[in-house]
Amino acid sequence: MAIHPIIRALRRHKAGVLLIVLQIALTLAIVCNAIFIVAQRIARVERPTGAQEAGLIRISQTWLDAPEGDGTATVEALDALQRTDLATLRQLPDVLDVAASDSMPLQGAIWSADLRLKPDQRHASTQAALYYGDEHMLPTLGLRLIAGRNFTASEIDHHTIRSTQAAPVVIVTKAVADSMFPSGDALGKTIYLDVRPSTIVGIVERLQTPTVAPWGNRWAYNSILLPVRLDGSSASYALRVRPGRARAVMRAARAALFALNPVREMPDTWGIQTMQQIRSKAYRGDRGTAILLGTVCVILLCVTAAGIVGLTSFWVDQRRRQIGIRRALGARRIDILHYFQIENLLIAGAGVVLGVLLAAVISFWLMTHYAMPRMPLSYLLAGVLVMLGLGQLAVFVPARRASNVPPVVATRSV
Amino acid sequence: MFAYYLELALRSLKRSPGLTALMVLSIGFGVAASMTTYAVFRGVSGDPIPWKSSKLFVPQLQIFAPGRKGSDAEPQDALDYADAMALQRDHRATLQSAMYMISPSVIPRGAGRHPINVTGHAVYGEFFPMLDVPFAYGSGWGADADSQRAAVAVISGKLNRKVFGGGNSVGKTLNIEGRDYRVVGVLGDWNPQPRFYDVVNTGGFNSGSEDLFLPFQTAIAAGMGNNGNTNCDAVPKESGFVGLQQSTCIWIAYLAELDGVAAVQRYKQYLDHYARDQQTAGRFAWAPNNRLRDLPAWLDDQHVVPSDTKVSLLVALGLLIVCLVNTVGLLLAKFLRRSGEIGVRRALGAPRSSIYAQFLTEAGMIGAAGGVLGLLLTGVGVASVGLVMPKSIAALARLDVSLLLVTLLVAVLATLLAGLYPTFRASRVQPAWQLKSN
Repeated sequence: MAIHPIIRALRRHKAGVLLIVLQIALTLAIVCNAIFIVAQRIARVERPTGAQEAGLIRISQTWLDAPEGDGTATVEALDALQRTDLATLRQLPDVLDVAASDSMPLQGAIWSADLRLKPDQRHASTQAALYYGDEHMLPTLGLRLIAGRNFTASEIDHHTIRSTQAAPVVIVTKAVADSMFPSGDALGKTIYLDVRPSTIVGIVERLQTPTVAPWGNRWAYNSILLPVRLDGSSASYALRVRPGRARAVMRAARAALFALNPVREMPDTWGIQTMQQIRSKAYRGDRGTAILLGTVCVILLCVTAAGIVGLTSFWVDQRRRQIGIRRALGARRIDILHYFQIENLLIAGAGVVLGVLLAAVISFWLMTHYAMPRMPLSYLLAGVLVMLGLGQLAVFVPARRASNVPPVVATRSV
Repeated sequence: MFAYYLELALRSLKRSPGLTALMVLSIGFGVAASMTTYAVFRGVSGDPIPWKSSKLFVPQLQIFAPGRKGSDAEPQDALDYADAMALQRDHRATLQSAMYMISPSVIPRGAGRHPINVTGHAVYGEFFPMLDVPFAYGSGWGADADSQRAAVAVISGKLNRKVFGGGNSVGKTLNIEGRDYRVVGVLGDWNPQPRFYDVVNTGGFNSGSEDLFLPFQTAIAAGMGNNGNTNCDAVPKESGFVGLQQSTCIWIAYLAELDGVAAVQRYKQYLDHYARDQQTAGRFAWAPNNRLRDLPAWLDDQHVVPSDTKVSLLVALGLLIVCLVNTVGLLLAKFLRRSGEIGVRRALGAPRSSIYAQFLTEAGMIGAAGGVLGLLLTGVGVASVGLVMPKSIAALARLDVSLLLVTLLVAVLATLLAGLYPTFRASRVQPAWQLKSN
């Protein structure tokens, strides 16, 4: 079909055409960028922590009557409290393993240290989250050891967080090993946590830091396991339980710990949680943003489709006589249908060209103002196809109505 | 005449229910999506103390060696003990307070009652008048209580109910970590969001409450540890809380009230002078690099408003614009479809202004209908924000009268705006041509 007459006809509806072009362009630009943000959120939420999350429980509690201070007697008393708790939890049915584990991926509270190759190195090589815990921490979290060994029971020290003591041995994640020793010979090497030396005895494949805050994004997998039971008025434990028994164990653990010492704070909100609960809390904002933006995109596409339907219907009504004349002169119904479809393709084509430019501008603006990564071209391409498809879909109903205009309309005067 | 136009509009809208529904739906959804995200945005970006925020300042000093941990060109976002105490001692602002987060246990009287773990801040007495903190009973404490390390406490209404069962508890004794404190004040309803006086430790938003305020030096003397962030560029030489006080670790928030440009300028000079003194004394091996931001600038610098929320608001505004463009197109179609009718009215003597009045009335009506739908959808939207957003943020997104009015107003104004061009086109319809062609 010749395009020339379609364009000539469109020139008589400049305003309407311009409005649809504008609408398609804006929709394309907004939807592309919004979906890109949504995709980033989804990728963020779905990244693995490195722990085996099913069957993992965290207990975090505070003894309200715990002694205060850093003296040896106090520290020993605090450690005894913690060891009693651990032994009690170990006795519970369906519990496979129990670890003193101060941190947990995604949980929020974080200890971190600068990492150096030499103690006098001026600029730190990188930084890492510190996971204080005992020899049960690695198997309880379900981390995959890819080189070296786990801590032995005799290596486990205990002190308060304020202690300046160095940990002689540490286990690092592959991310830490690779960034400190790019040649792959991290095992057995010494690194400095701030200024304290430690020897790497093991490397785990992956362990995410406890924070999901933006400032931690650059080193999200830099974690270091330290063979230290942290003593304090609060202590946290990790439990590995039999599949499907998490609820039962949580109830039993609560009862057992309160039976042991009722003067402790262990509220429902953060006292005992499954890893799934921790995950869902950590990513609530990301999920919320994704849902909000996704909803807005769906509404946007619907509104644009509705706009195309509305304006095309109007044009069909306006041109009933012309359509009738064309039909009387021998045009088939399919020709009329095609006429409106091609017309829409032309308009939508102009819209997506403008939209691609606009999308690029918005993407660039988001990159400079909100430090967003560059939007890949595939999003634009997909957006273009979706918009052209949406246009065709929206135009089909009015176009079919146009093709149903009988030739006899040409002979009527009104 | 207006009633007549209303009737005309109603008839016209009834004649093409499909197109009308499309317009109302598109405006309704557009306005609702924008208003829902705006409600969230307004919640998180609201000035917590609008009458005073421009007078409150956060001093920042370069405490860590430049180019090391946690410092680019910006100085640190908290103070160490030595500098915070120096600023407090020099007392150069109208009102000022250093503060740190505490989380002690309160032991209620009576047998068999469990200790309660509460969070709060150790502050100076000037904290309360500086932030216009409302008291239900009593008041804060004076400067002598600060210097004498008096065992006094200000508690929240919530803690008052929990421990004393409510009422005027001023003068009663509260056992905190085994030591007796005299209650001097019970707070009224006070839970500012963002928690502006200590953004660094609360991330700005905190669904929990602040239940206890103690004099700074009293808490220090009692060895009540810092419950907020501690950030160190070197390991403290001594262990323990005393070691922390002697270290260069930063853990103290600071707020100062400065009245007038001159006072701000003087305080800036004072900070520079102070940093230079420290440089001369050999404590800082670098040139002064200070900041003195007022509260709004500080909240902005600390990214208290999540960028997610800002981007969502922009996307929702984009949706509103698309809805407007859409409405322009649909109104254009609707109005021009009635060229014949316009021609007749014009031929019978109606001036252009009547055409304007008639069609803008119609546009306004669609806007009102879209606004009502938008109100309902905004209600649904704000309610569902609670389902998908973190509690601390969702709690701030509220539907109130002003939001309802804004929703309705935006819908009507936007539709009238969208109706301008189509109405202009309608008023340009040539009566003779219309009459002839029919």
